[in-house]
Amino acid sequence: MNSGKLKKNIPMILTYSVLVIGALTILFPFFWMLSTSLKTPIESVEFPPTFVPRDPQFSNYSKAWNQVNFTRYFINTIIITIGELAGVLLTSILAAYAFAKFNFRGREFVFTVLLGIMMIPMPVYIVPGYMMLQKFGWIDTYYAQIVPWLSNVFAIFLLRQHFKTIPNDLYDAAVIDGYSDLGFLFKIVVPLSKPALVTISIFTALASWNSFIWPLVVTNSDSIRPVQVGLAYFVQEQSTSYTLLMAASTFVILPLIILFFIAQKQIVASYSRSGLKD
Amino acid sequence: MKAKQIFLKAMLFLLPALAILFIFRFIPILYAFRISFYDWGIAGPKAFVGLSNYIEVFKDAKFWQSLINTFWYVATVLPGVVFLSLFIAVLLNQQIKMRGTFRTIYFLPDVTSIIAISVVWKWIYHPRIGVANYALSLIGAGPLRWLEESRGVFEMIFQRDLPAGFEGPSLALFSLSLMTIWKSLGYNVLIYLAGLQNIPNHYYESAKIDGASSWQTFRHITWPLLSPTTFYIFIMTTITSFQVFAPVWMMTGPPAGGPLGTTNVIVYYLYDMAFNYSKYGYGTAIAFVLFLIILGLTAVQKKYGERGVHYE
Repeated sequence: MNSGKLKKNIPMILTYSVLVIGALTILFPFFWMLSTSLKTPIESVEFPPTFVPRDPQFSNYSKAWNQVNFTRYFINTIIITIGELAGVLLTSILAAYAFAKFNFRGREFVFTVLLGIMMIPMPVYIVPGYMMLQKFGWIDTYYAQIVPWLSNVFAIFLLRQHFKTIPNDLYDAAVIDGYSDLGFLFKIVVPLSKPALVTISIFTALASWNSFIWPLVVTNSDSIRPVQVGLAYFVQEQSTSYTLLMAASTFVILPLIILFFIAQKQIVASYSRSGLKD
Repeated sequence: MKAKQIFLKAMLFLLPALAILFIFRFIPILYAFRISFYDWGIAGPKAFVGLSNYIEVFKDAKFWQSLINTFWYVATVLPGVVFLSLFIAVLLNQQIKMRGTFRTIYFLPDVTSIIAISVVWKWIYHPRIGVANYALSLIGAGPLRWLEESRGVFEMIFQRDLPAGFEGPSLALFSLSLMTIWKSLGYNVLIYLAGLQNIPNHYYESAKIDGASSWQTFRHITWPLLSPTTFYIFIMTTITSFQVFAPVWMMTGPPAGGPLGTTNVIVYYLYDMAFNYSKYGYGTAIAFVLFLIILGLTAVQKKYGERGVHYE
């Protein structure tokens, strides 16, 4: 390579170096988690540390899994996530349709109130929410973890924007063909709104799967805990055996990473969209 | 169709969503307002105390410490997130091979759970055998006590005691900020990339014709035209970091919020008061103060931030 060409390439070489170093920094904690999760307890506390486990202990995973009831935690999380997802989709499809297509009195007012509710941070309603659920007798149930989250203003907002783009002519034609509002909504509008629905599903599922403070507050017994709270208590009890903690962290993270790689395109598109106005 | 009919039909469609929001968002907020005027314990309301919970909040040294801690947390996360994500996004916005792969890698921490991530970082930060200290030892520095270090980072940098208020965040709190930057970087890179792709190419072409340097191009074209995106990231990062909770619960202490209360942030403090001490009235009053602060900050950022925003 002659010097002129080299000079021209220097910015690109720098760019790649920075990007690669950045990527390695991002990946390192995941690597370190995996590496520790496969070590023997003795190797895990060696200093200076080893990076590749000498004698990989795959049994750490089954040990961590069985030490507390991770099977139960995962089942709970799956139930909660599915319940919430189904509920959010149903309530927001209906509500967004009303906001987008019915020109009723007080529409803007109701919509503004909803946006106002969205502005209120969760810590404000965590104490009264807890006390209300106590009165309902819902503490330590699935209800407490699912029902309060069955509706989501952000989802309504996002869907409404999308439904508005569907031409009214389509509606008129459907009415002539004998469709009811519900028929039109679920047979024509919903199939046309797949990208927006995928976005909402991704956000809802991730938020539900990862939620922590709410289930922490409204659950007491082990058998009803979702996986995040289960892991958090496991950490408190096992605070010194890092091999097991890293194994547990790995299988808690793994479903998310798998989901991410399967639905990467949709996730990236959804997140990019969320930051744009409208 | 008559207006009344349309109204009834709309209400039918809205009913499920509105019922949930009314019962689980709207009523709790009203209820919270009421609770905050009572001395309210585990057995229910003991006495109506008027504004005393709020007055007590302002007299409470621990509350002020939690507020200052939260401010430091936001003040360290915010520039880290904004500048690093902008920097990475600008680099990625060139003719880069494997741009998708890089973007995926940077985004990875964002989809993972904060609980698991907190465990991993606590292990990295281990004061004796953590890999962070190992890395420092390679360059002949450290070891640091990371999450167990209550000294302020400015004190550690200047290696002397500084007057109260100038110590900076404790290293423990700063360690949490570093992890947060690591975790939320990728999301903001995505948002910036979307913003960068919205800048019309002809601006860059004219800049090239005018012989602008790449710094000038960035300073006078990219940065101003990205200002709506920066503004969005600023507000969202402020709102979310003000409500940090899980990493404090997971990584600090025992007792959480330590060492010496230097990682006791406002949401952790209200959780502690409400659920560990059963002071529901007091906890709720703190929550409302937090809400007002967030509202105020957002309003200020909107007022002054929007002046700096250039829309096309």
